[in-house]
Amino acid sequence: MKLALGPVLYYWPRERLLAFYAEASSSPVDIVYLGEAVCSRRHEMRLADWLATARRLLEAGKEVVLCSQALVESESDLRALRRLADDNEFRVEANDMSAVSLLAGRVPFVAGPHLNVYNARTLALLVRLGATRWVPPVEISRAILTAIAAERPANLEIELFAYGRLPLAFSARCFTARHYNLQKDDCQFRCLDHPDGLPLRTSDGDRFLVLNGIQTQSARVYALLGEVGALADAGVDIARISPQAERTFDVVQAFHAALQGQRPAGASVRELAGLLPAEPCNGYWHGVSGLEMVA
Amino acid sequence: MELVCPAGSLPALKAAVDNGADCVYLGLRDETNARNFAGLNFDVAALDQALKYAHAHGRKVLLAVNTYPQPDGWARWTSAIDLAAERGVDAVILADLGLMEYAAARHPQLRLHLSVQGSATTHEAINLYRRLFGVQRAVLPRVLAIQQVEQLIAQTEVEIEVFGFGGLCVMVEGRCQLSSYVTGESPNTAGACSPARAVRWEQTPRGLESRLGGILINRFSAGENAGYPTLCKGRFEVAEDVYYAIEEPASLNTLELLPQLARIGVRAVKIEGRQRSPAYVAQVTRVWRAAIDACRANAARFAVRPEWDAELRRVSEGRSQTLGAYHRPWK
Repeated sequence: MKLALGPVLYYWPRERLLAFYAEASSSPVDIVYLGEAVCSRRHEMRLADWLATARRLLEAGKEVVLCSQALVESESDLRALRRLADDNEFRVEANDMSAVSLLAGRVPFVAGPHLNVYNARTLALLVRLGATRWVPPVEISRAILTAIAAERPANLEIELFAYGRLPLAFSARCFTARHYNLQKDDCQFRCLDHPDGLPLRTSDGDRFLVLNGIQTQSARVYALLGEVGALADAGVDIARISPQAERTFDVVQAFHAALQGQRPAGASVRELAGLLPAEPCNGYWHGVSGLEMVA
Repeated sequence: MELVCPAGSLPALKAAVDNGADCVYLGLRDETNARNFAGLNFDVAALDQALKYAHAHGRKVLLAVNTYPQPDGWARWTSAIDLAAERGVDAVILADLGLMEYAAARHPQLRLHLSVQGSATTHEAINLYRRLFGVQRAVLPRVLAIQQVEQLIAQTEVEIEVFGFGGLCVMVEGRCQLSSYVTGESPNTAGACSPARAVRWEQTPRGLESRLGGILINRFSAGENAGYPTLCKGRFEVAEDVYYAIEEPASLNTLELLPQLARIGVRAVKIEGRQRSPAYVAQVTRVWRAAIDACRANAARFAVRPEWDAELRRVSEGRSQTLGAYHRPWK
């Protein structure tokens, strides 16, 4: 099984992103996803910056994929998407149907986790349109994934979101701006102050969600390291690690060690427990509420 | 411009027809539709009666089959499509690509509408559904400003339907898994958001508490109007500030935008609320029928009448209203 580094979903300053990807180039990940998948107002990195980063990672032997935005609203969003789709240097992860529309029949693409693919017929259609890899929705269970994977078209890879706070929802409204009583159009880029998102608790103190601009994430960290054997059995080819602000590459090492069989899975899981920025969860994989942790 | 009204039962359908709906949309009694609530929706006999009543009055019936089929239930979703074609439903409202492909291939005469759950927010996305399946209408997610709706309409031949009134999803429809994170059921997979079986109410010394799947959604002091614990409409704490961190309970109401919606070429306005009572359907349909007729008679002089506003306010969630994303500052 290969390891992929998902796109950074938070808004980090340019220097931090560049340092992060310098570290990625020498880490044991096979695939790196780049680009801004969440908010069109974020501009610390322009397309040229992403492409330059992509080329450096390519030279370091990584496969690179550029991510499209999950929510495309305006003509300027569409222009940015066309630039991405027209750049034939790197594969693109399509995260909405506008991206699929622009890529279909022209170039191979990755069907991203924000497309709604819940059955084999829909997946087969996307493959006919040019999808070469599928990242299922984060809420998919082992049972459903196994059933779809059993019918998958030849040569289609499956990549599963296996670590990180879960991206659960998108809105036209920016909840970070709302917290600061600012409008989205004048948000003063407050996301920069929250490299792991803005924590939201229930009134009785439960760490419940994380606000990340227009995206809402789980506060708990999805952690399928203990399931790597089951992932492979279900037909998963690639495990995706979603970057968090701290210790992402320690997590990469823990997954790598488990996948290489260098260490018993139990030892890797114990090691991972010390690296988590919040409580773990794995409920979705087991077909129950996402926030649960099934032993 | 068509008025598209909700029905969760036969009495609601009759209320919609009697009060001037052009189309009534409804769902079957299972997880094939995004309002899969206990005691709601139509079995085959009720569907037949609904079709008979609506067609006798010259109105249309649209069947929502707008959740995403999963491997073990595929046949249930295709049966719903077959049923729609056999019984003479005027259009099916679909979200899933695979299901659209099935419908277009098996029932080429069946009119296809792209559901709001399909999350198509641009003309590029909508035109793909047109190219692949001949989709004739698309319902827009409640995320676009009115200028964006106008630009979109200018670049597609697909008819555009927008939400005019009712409960407001603050998240992009089809892009929200908050409910399954807490309860295991989401609109995409189970046709349910914040399902009633997961709700607990408890009177505590600190107030009346509502929980969903064990998560504290809201706490009400005496005299406060305690609304249903839809999880994005709870009061939460962010940086020691307790407030409606995602969305206040409020209804979308775009009545004042009606002349603009007509001018930019919106072909249909949808009223939300298949889970609401026949009385709600009657009331909202009556107001919108009168407003659309007034707008059609003289768009330049159109104004929201105080009695329309009062009537809609009475049935609004939390008794408050918003223009939602149509009005940019909401974002």
